[in-house]
Amino acid sequence: MTVTDLVSYEDALASYDPVMGLEVHVELGTKTKMFCGCATTLGAEPNSQTCPTCLGLPGSLPVVNATGVESAVRIGLALNCEIAEWCRFARKNYFYPDMPKNFQTSQYDEPIAFDGYLDVQLADGEVFRVGIERAHMEEDTGKSTHIGGATGRIHGARHSLLDYNRAGIPLIEIVTKPIVGAGDRAPEVARAYVAELRELIRALGVSEARMEMGQLRCDVNVSLRPHGQEAFGTRSETKNVNSLRSVERAVRFEIQRHAAVLGDGGTIVQETRHFHEDNGTTTSGRVKEEAEDYRYFPEPDLVPIAPEREWVERLRAELPETPLARRNRLRDEWGVSAHEMQSVLNAGAVEPIVATIEAGADAAAARKWWLGELARRANEQGVELASLPITPAQVARVATLVAAGELNDKLGRQVIDGVLAGEGDPDVIVEQRGLRIVKDEGALGAAVDEAIAANPAVADKVRGGKTAAAGALVGAVMKATRGQADAARARELILERLGVTE
Amino acid sequence: MPGITREEVAHLARLARLELTDEELDHFAGQLDDIIGAVARVADVAAEDVPPTSHPLPLTNVMRPDEVRPSLTPQQALSGAPAHEQQRFKVPQILGEE
Amino acid sequence: MADLIRLTAAELAARVAAGDVSAVEVAEAHLARIDAVDEKVHAFLHVDREGALAQARAVDEKRANGEPLGPLAGVPLALKDIFTTEGVPTTVGSKILEGWIPPYDATVTKRLKAAGVVILGKTNMDEFAMGSSTENSAFGPTGNPWDLTRIPGGSGGGSAASLASFQAPLAIGTDTGGSIRQPAAVTGTVGVKPTYGGVSRYGMVAFSSSLDQGGPCARTVLDAALLHEVIAGHDPLDSTSIDASVPPVVEAARTGSVAGLRVGVVREFRGEGFQQGVLNRFDESVELLRGLGATIVELSCPSFDKALAAYYLIAPSECSSNLARFDAMRYGLRVGDDGTRSAEEVTSLTRESGFGPEVKRRIMLGTYALSSGYYDAYYGSAQKVRTLVARDFDRAFAQVDVVVSPTTPTTAFPIGERVDDPMAMYLADLCTIPVNLAGNAAMSLPCGLADEDGLPVGLQIIAPALADDRLYRVGAAVEAEFQARWGHPILEEAPAL
Ligand SMILES: [Mg+2]
Ligand SMILES: [Zn+2]
Repeated sequence: MTVTDLVSYEDALASYDPVMGLEVHVELGTKTKMFCGCATTLGAEPNSQTCPTCLGLPGSLPVVNATGVESAVRIGLALNCEIAEWCRFARKNYFYPDMPKNFQTSQYDEPIAFDGYLDVQLADGEVFRVGIERAHMEEDTGKSTHIGGATGRIHGARHSLLDYNRAGIPLIEIVTKPIVGAGDRAPEVARAYVAELRELIRALGVSEARMEMGQLRCDVNVSLRPHGQEAFGTRSETKNVNSLRSVERAVRFEIQRHAAVLGDGGTIVQETRHFHEDNGTTTSGRVKEEAEDYRYFPEPDLVPIAPEREWVERLRAELPETPLARRNRLRDEWGVSAHEMQSVLNAGAVEPIVATIEAGADAAAARKWWLGELARRANEQGVELASLPITPAQVARVATLVAAGELNDKLGRQVIDGVLAGEGDPDVIVEQRGLRIVKDEGALGAAVDEAIAANPAVADKVRGGKTAAAGALVGAVMKATRGQADAARARELILERLGVTE
Repeated sequence: MPGITREEVAHLARLARLELTDEELDHFAGQLDDIIGAVARVADVAAEDVPPTSHPLPLTNVMRPDEVRPSLTPQQALSGAPAHEQQRFKVPQILGEE
Repeated sequence: MADLIRLTAAELAARVAAGDVSAVEVAEAHLARIDAVDEKVHAFLHVDREGALAQARAVDEKRANGEPLGPLAGVPLALKDIFTTEGVPTTVGSKILEGWIPPYDATVTKRLKAAGVVILGKTNMDEFAMGSSTENSAFGPTGNPWDLTRIPGGSGGGSAASLASFQAPLAIGTDTGGSIRQPAAVTGTVGVKPTYGGVSRYGMVAFSSSLDQGGPCARTVLDAALLHEVIAGHDPLDSTSIDASVPPVVEAARTGSVAGLRVGVVREFRGEGFQQGVLNRFDESVELLRGLGATIVELSCPSFDKALAAYYLIAPSECSSNLARFDAMRYGLRVGDDGTRSAEEVTSLTRESGFGPEVKRRIMLGTYALSSGYYDAYYGSAQKVRTLVARDFDRAFAQVDVVVSPTTPTTAFPIGERVDDPMAMYLADLCTIPVNLAGNAAMSLPCGLADEDGLPVGLQIIAPALADDRLYRVGAAVEAEFQARWGHPILEEAPAL
């Protein structure tokens, strides 16, 4: 189906009610793998972080990573889930070369956490509650590189090369209950849910949850039902949607595609689909001749997990403030609107701003610098705000100098230039670049006199009461002093010289 | 319990990745049918209120601390590989979902 | 030199420790015996001459340096080819692993090496430990030293035959449904299946994870106990390993006695399919126990009736999953990779040609039992039967200290007799399987020769989980009394090879 065959989003929503299900896999940031002691360091040489267990060598056995279980319980608690009193691992049996044992050690009908919810806040401040079906523990697969086909794609490849460094890294799979009632906001809800979950995972400190690194991966299930119908429609499962924007687009596209198929009297095939970042569409995955039969059964090589209630309660008590609560608190403290807070969030500026305030800047200034100048530069360079080579302490110092009148905004920007260029701390740059505001009244007075003399017509306008025209004279003064004058003082002097008061 | 058909045996063989010959399919269909007939008696207890035993000993919560242990060297890891290239296991084309 | 091979492990260790004989001499004597008879017996798949001599030399050096030696230092051992051995081939009796050289040692292998035990080589077995005759080995059958045309039991036929033919005084086996005890019974040797979790399974190629258990094989109860102590104990690499001290098995073997002990005889271990000669020897054993001061209690364990059926669902189910890793991608055989076939096709072709018929049969049976629609009726029910079997044992052990039975319903049958009759083959494990389902400990030791065929009969002793020492206490007493009656160890009646 091409994009032009799609039903418009509005028309789709006019006839149908979308139902979503989101499955998120989070790769935990543990030091070792889920079932063996191999390191999980990123970027290691191929197959250098493997052992008999994660290679599935004959005779090898798994042993559960205690931190993996603790992380799962903490995630479950943060998602307001029940924590199982007793649960087991299960084997999910299917053959795939990236899976060394040809079964994934996972959990089946006894997840460690179940029946919870996550509140997510939409752009206008409305809170939408997403039900959580379960969160369970499992393991990642190895990584394959396809050789001989077009651009490393699996299709047409002559052979593949496998690196099992990633095989066995702990994953937590978090599955929502069917998300109903989002209506035309379904794509926004999906995005907000994944964003909120990511923040939560980061706040818990269990993973960096970087989607671009595959540390958080999302499968999007969508179905439509005609308005007023109870039963869900057939769903499609779009796999590996790996950015927030893509989540939103994938849901939107699938709603339109389903509506088009259904509107034509067609039926939706339950299938897996692939999302294409380049054009925002999905296409059908390989159709399997036979239904998967995973033949789950309890993993006999691992004994049951029975989290002690006392321990669970201790973990619950130690949970950090939820990102949503924290954001709302910060919003109050900073005195900004929900909308403004949303832009802070979208820019990834919450943590830098918090740190900048902690380093002594005032809230408005901290927000202004990160959202304005720095966000612009991060954007230009296509990097995350937090990865710019400037520390919150350095930004705070610039803000303090501006507040004290030592720098104006323009000079502040130049100092930031210097920091980003690696010239050192703000004070060093102010010194070396000679950026301090000119406070010498004599020099400033002379510049003012010059400006008046050079612009007699403007001076006359000001004398005639058009004080707004003084801006042009201030500009001339600033130009003459290469921006180092205190613009406010220059304006005062100009008005004084021309004998007007405001 | 119904007997096992040749088609079912073929399906099982595909699930288990066994490229059985026609002869084997016939042979196994007969034998599996006999065996399943003999073991089906366990189903007598299917309705009984008895907890299933998956582990012979009642152990729980066996875990290890999240501490790195030495891995194999890549050379050791690849030592048994039928083929390898660029320090990776070389395998035939994977017919994947694309 | 020749008599070195007839000594027990305890005697050999004592002589090596005393300096009467060097570990190298002991190893050489056994290697020479292997050279002389193993062509006929075929107990070994791989003889590690150099490794054995190097280990023996290390023991001799330690002794020369005055360093302390373990109780089995310098004693040769035959290791079932199911345990990984770093740098030494490990095949599990399968073509699919032919030529595979593991990059790591099993925990059992490590402990043997650390104890100064000299590993002579790897012994033959039914492929992936699936079988009761060792005929399912991809590398040809092993002969029973009592009659080379008969089976030595299985799956650990190679280990048992190596003991009975004096190629090794000690061996290691694994027991999923009887693979240590049944070969011991039919070869006139001693074999022990420890409590599940007593011996680490790390590096022991899995057949059925919840049933598999490695254990000692020997010609005497004391030797088995000495070996048991070397290989048992907690292993953090095996999650199902028991984190408790090893029961005092050696002490129990040295102080054998049954006086005042309550011994259970299970009614269900009798009847159709049991050879009369086997029942005769068993009945005598019960009388012998009574004579030694034990109280005999007759018991009924009605669920044992379904144990065999449950086993033939659970073991194949677990094996279908455990053996999925043999896919031609990372190690072992690869067939059909001609540059045009897909990974999936190559996997299927490799498994087809690399696995033997019994392995395929069980993989398919297990795939069936776990598949949707059948799980509850088959796998789920089998797990319930398992609970019932364990409850029957619990009830039994509330009344008695140990349970005894024939180890196997018949003596060694001729090679080829049951090869294409899986159900008949499976009956060999009728008396041993309930023990694996419940995770208990059990021993088989010789209790005489059957009247019909003059072949060895095994007596099985079963103890509750974690009470492995009881096996040795009772076993040592029974062994002493029988040998007093016979005037010599039973293996002296075996024909010369
Ligand atoms: Mg999953
Ligand atoms: Zn590993």
